[in-house]
Amino acid sequence: MQRAARMRRAARMRGEARRRRAARRRRAIRASAAAEFNRAAALVRRAADVARHPAEHPPPGPFRPGTWRSPLRGLWLTSLLAVILLAGLTILAVTGLLSYAAYDPLLPGNDQTPGAGLLRFYLFSWPTHPSWLYRADQGVHVTLGLALVPVVLVKLWSVLPRLFAWPPVRSLAQILERLSLIMVVGGVLFEFATGILNIQNYYVFPFSFYTAHLYGAWVFIAGFVIHVALKFPRMVAGLRSRSLRRELRTPLAATQPEEPDPEGLRPARPAAPTISRRGLLAAVGGASLTLAAIVVGQSIGGLSRRTALLAPRGLSAAGPHELPVNRTAASIGLTAADVGTGYRLTLVGARTVTLTREQLLAMPQYAVELPIACVEGWSYSCRWTGVRLSDLARLAGMPQPAAAQVESIQQVGPFRAAALSGAQVGDPQSLLAVTLNGRVLPWDHGYPARTIIPNAPGVHNTKWVSKITFLKQV
Amino acid sequence: MSSTTGGTGRSTGTGSAFGRIRRWYGANPLHLLALLAAFALAGYAVRAVVAAGQWRGFAEWFVVAIVAHDLLLFPLYSLADLSMRRLLPGWVSRKGRTGPARPAAAGPPLVNYVRIPVAFSLLLLMVFFPLILGLSQPQYHRASGLGTQPYLWRWLATTGLMFAISAAVYALRLRRASARSRKEQPPAT
Repeated sequence: MQRAARMRRAARMRGEARRRRAARRRRAIRASAAAEFNRAAALVRRAADVARHPAEHPPPGPFRPGTWRSPLRGLWLTSLLAVILLAGLTILAVTGLLSYAAYDPLLPGNDQTPGAGLLRFYLFSWPTHPSWLYRADQGVHVTLGLALVPVVLVKLWSVLPRLFAWPPVRSLAQILERLSLIMVVGGVLFEFATGILNIQNYYVFPFSFYTAHLYGAWVFIAGFVIHVALKFPRMVAGLRSRSLRRELRTPLAATQPEEPDPEGLRPARPAAPTISRRGLLAAVGGASLTLAAIVVGQSIGGLSRRTALLAPRGLSAAGPHELPVNRTAASIGLTAADVGTGYRLTLVGARTVTLTREQLLAMPQYAVELPIACVEGWSYSCRWTGVRLSDLARLAGMPQPAAAQVESIQQVGPFRAAALSGAQVGDPQSLLAVTLNGRVLPWDHGYPARTIIPNAPGVHNTKWVSKITFLKQV
Repeated sequence: MSSTTGGTGRSTGTGSAFGRIRRWYGANPLHLLALLAAFALAGYAVRAVVAAGQWRGFAEWFVVAIVAHDLLLFPLYSLADLSMRRLLPGWVSRKGRTGPARPAAAGPPLVNYVRIPVAFSLLLLMVFFPLILGLSQPQYHRASGLGTQPYLWRWLATTGLMFAISAAVYALRLRRASARSRKEQPPAT
């Protein structure tokens, strides 16, 4: 009996325990379902909130202000880099546009970009004096361009958070302004890339360098002018917000973030600095000076040529004739038959005259000291002797031509011919040269005769000259 | 890049035509005119590229230049800088994790004496890679009669020189720092 009662009680207790467990399970399921529901509801509410107020909910990553931590970013730093670029890029644009004028594109056949139309508005007849002008122009253009690479990179670094500004658009005005920045940023990167590749003869671009670099420059200039106009007041305010002198005296330990600015350049939560502001500026300036130091020797010569380590035509590029070669005789397939005893120079003017090399040497010879200055930035001053172009013009019966067309033995390729202005032909320093630095003109430098024109771009000093046509009018 | 719009802060009556344009456009109407002028000039230049039959490569290079800098070069160098800082002594993360143990002498932080020569060297490589890596050898030889061989060695030598200068300056500052700390805390007798 007792045993049966015990068993019944035990069974009842087991049943109750089971029921309790089941109830607990049910409650737990209900609770977790409620929690799931609440979580889902919160997600839906948040999604609805994001949809209603997208401006307040940036997507993760660079769009969140907290991603950007550098304590050096700020309006002052950006403004300082901006004012350097304002000066530097303006000089680059002016020297570049002058270089276009130096090609005398208005003379027949000279224009590498004949579709320029109104963009040729400023062109003028390129002077022959001072004879170092083109050399200086391109030396500055290329050396300064290279020296500005680090400044451009750090300026872009300083404003990069703005690329991910959230919301991406606030107004029509802002959409247009952001579009104009494509011209500035794309333009500066495009111009630097094409220029830097071109000076190293790395022609990987699917376009003509002249076309791309000139029109790319105009796209950049359009964006640059508007960018400067819109940002100038803010840049001035930025420059006034801190003292450069004080920054240059502030070590890492005392480096503090800038004040928050309306552009949001200073990060919302700046990290501890790892470099002082003066340290960053020293690094940028040092990089600029290093770049300038290892290339400028190819433009100014003298002792600096020995430090022109990475210049495309710097240290050791000059060769035995103290002048680097641009286009070797071999590369254009020139043979001994072309320039040997069978060589004739044809002059066409009021009459046609044919001269052998010996007859050319029998004419009065003049000596000049003139540079070959390449659009790629390198230039070397050399001693030349030869016959005056004006004497050849007189010989052809046209003492004061309006222009002249100089042609090379070279049959194909760019710059096998060049048009010279009347002023260039008439300049007493313009020669058909037969010697270089006291020796017979080497093959690679245009044997038997080449033109050397004061202040002209290198490629207008035609090598292996076979024919000169003097024109009464252009 | 830019979110704020320019334009003068001239206050206008909300009812005037000027004010209506301003509210609709989001800035001074002069802002619009200036931008349109800039677009017109750029468009005129692009027209010439189209006429020269080279617009496709031109447009591609323009876009690729921006993408390559903003979405490739920048993230890469930021990541490289962060990774390098983690490997160097003295690094402390937001969560309090630290890099390798710091040497006993508390000198100037090592980080800048490593990343500045590294950055200089990579900058030179980025600018002169066609010559350094010999990529432009055929065209360079056709033009100049020379080879690109010297450039790799000159770049390596320049890099070595920059690291040597950096190391020398670091050693000097380390010595100065330890001399200073010795002076401030005379050894116990």
